[in-house]
Amino acid sequence: MSIDKATVAKIAHLARIKVPEDEQERLAGELNQILHWVEQLAEVDTEGVEPMTSVAAQTLRQREDVVTEGDIRDQVLANAPDRAAGFFAVPKVVE
Amino acid sequence: MLIKGETGDWEVVIGLEVHAQVISNAKLFSGAATAFGADPNTQVALLDAGLPGMLPVINRYCVEQAVRTGLGLKAQINLHSVFDRKNYFYADLPLGYQISQYTQPIVGKGSIVLDLPDGSSRTVGITRLHLEMDAGKSLHDQHPSKTYVDLNRAGVALMEIVSEPDMRSPEEAAAYLRKLRAILRYLGTCDGNMEEGSMRCDVNVSVRRPGGPFGTRTETKNVNSIRYVMMAIEYETNRQIEILESGGTIDQETRLFDTVKFTTRSMRSKEEAHDYRYFPDPDLLPLVLDQAWVDEIRSTLPELPDEKKARFMEQYKLSAYDAGVLVAEKASADYYEAVAKGRDPKIASNWVTGELFGALNRLGKSIEESPVSAADLGGLLDLLADNTISGRIAKDVFAAMLETGKSAAVIVEEQGLRQVTDTGAIEAAIDGVLAANADKVAEFRSGKDKLFGFFVGQVMKQTQGKANPALVNEILQAKLKG
Repeated sequence: MSIDKATVAKIAHLARIKVPEDEQERLAGELNQILHWVEQLAEVDTEGVEPMTSVAAQTLRQREDVVTEGDIRDQVLANAPDRAAGFFAVPKVVE
Repeated sequence: MLIKGETGDWEVVIGLEVHAQVISNAKLFSGAATAFGADPNTQVALLDAGLPGMLPVINRYCVEQAVRTGLGLKAQINLHSVFDRKNYFYADLPLGYQISQYTQPIVGKGSIVLDLPDGSSRTVGITRLHLEMDAGKSLHDQHPSKTYVDLNRAGVALMEIVSEPDMRSPEEAAAYLRKLRAILRYLGTCDGNMEEGSMRCDVNVSVRRPGGPFGTRTETKNVNSIRYVMMAIEYETNRQIEILESGGTIDQETRLFDTVKFTTRSMRSKEEAHDYRYFPDPDLLPLVLDQAWVDEIRSTLPELPDEKKARFMEQYKLSAYDAGVLVAEKASADYYEAVAKGRDPKIASNWVTGELFGALNRLGKSIEESPVSAADLGGLLDLLADNTISGRIAKDVFAAMLETGKSAAVIVEEQGLRQVTDTGAIEAAIDGVLAANADKVAEFRSGKDKLFGFFVGQVMKQTQGKANPALVNEILQAKLKG
C-alpha cells in the first residue's frame, strides 16, 4: 500500500486538518515510511497467537446502571464560544 | 408484490436499519441520566461533552439489554465483540467519533416472523444487532444563523438492528416494524416510541426485475413513523423505476424523507462522510460475555408475541388473525386474557377486537387508557352469557359503559334493560303484533316466509329490544304455524 499526494489531501480533509499543498508531498513520504515500518511487522509469524488487546492482562471494566453524573450544565458549557438558553450555539448547520 | 412498469414488471427490495434506544437509567459509557425531556445539557457527563481526559466505562445493563434483545430475535449472541470508532464531524457529536461496533457486533444473525394482514406469516432475516452511542440533538429553527445543540441524548445507548433485504412491499416493511416494536416492548429493552425518536428507521430500497440480480439501493435516513416509512418506500420505488425505464442509472446515495411533500431528496453533503475510517477504540477492551450469564438472561425472557400467538390459537382456539391482533401489544393480550378467563374465549375475542378496539380507536385511546376495564367487560359478557341481556342490548350497555365508566350490572338495573324471558309477557307481545297485522299473517301462511323477520322486528319493537330473541323465535314459529 502506498500513499500519494491526493490521498494525503483526502485524509487531511476528512480529519479537518488544513495541510497546505506544498507540504502534501513531504507528508506522503513520511506516511509511506510509517506504513512500510508497520508492514515489516507482518513478516512475523503470528499463526495461532491471540490478538493482544491490552498490555496489561485485564478485562473490560463495567459500571452499574446508576445515574452518578450530570447536572453540571455550567461546567459543560464553560468553554463553549457561544451559548443560549442552556444550549451550545454553533454556526448554522442545515441539510 | 410486483409493480407494473412501462417496460414490464418490477419488484421492490427493502432492507431496514432500526436504531432503538435502550431502556436504561444511565448512558452507555457514562453515568449521566437518559430520561426524555430534561432541560438542555443537564444530563451530560464530561465524557459525553467530549472533554479531554475522560474514559468510557461500559454500562453492564445496556449490554444485558442488547443480549436480551438478541435472544428475543432468536439470534446468535457473540461472546466476544469489539467497539470501534466511527469517525465523522458534526456539531452534535463532540467526540468527533461515535463509539459503535463494526466487524464484530454483539449479536449476529436472527429472524423475525411477520404477521401479514391476510393472516399469513413470513420470516425476515436479521443480519446483526450492535451497540452504539447516540449523538446529541441539533435544533435548527431556534435562531436565524445558529444551530442550538443539546447533548442530553449524546451517549445514550442505541441498538442498531439491521434486517436482511428480505421485504418486498411497503406493507411488509410496516409489518416488520410493528413486529420488531412489539418484541422490543415485550422484552422491555426499548419503548418503541417513534414520535419521541426512541425508535428511528433508515430505509434501504432498490428495484429489480422479478428474480433478477439486486439493483443499486438508496438509503433514506431517519424516517420517524411507520406511515412515513411506507410512503418513502412507495416514492423511492416509483422514482427508481422511472429513472431505470428512461434509460438512467440509480446513484447509491443517502436520501432524506420530506415530511411535508412526502418525497425523498438527495443528501449530497453526507456522501463524503461515508468514509468513516473505523478502527477499534483504544479506550475499550473487547466485550467478553460469559455463556452462563447469557443463559441466565435467556431464562428470564417473557413469553414473546409469536409464542403468545401460538398459545392463544391453541388454548383459546382463536384464528391466526385474531390471535395476531391481540398479541400485537402486551397490554392488549393481558386485557384479553383477563376477559377470557372463565368465559367463552371466542366471544371474549370478538368483543375485545371488535367493540373495544373499535371504541378505543374512535376515542384515540390506548388499551391502558380504556374507559372500560377488563373486569367490567367480563361482567358485561357474564350478563350476556346468563341471558340477563340480549346481544343487541349488550352493545347499548357497552356504549353506556364507555360513556359513564359504570359497570354493566349497574347500567342494566338503572335503565331497566333486563331481558324479558317471561314467556307469558313475550306471548302477549306476539299476540298483539299478530292481531295488528292479520293481513301479513295471512300472507305468511300462504308461503311468504320472508315476513318472519318482520314479525320478529315488530315484537322486539314492542318490547324495546328486551325480549329474549331465541324465545321470540320459538313462540312466534309455533303461533304462526297454528
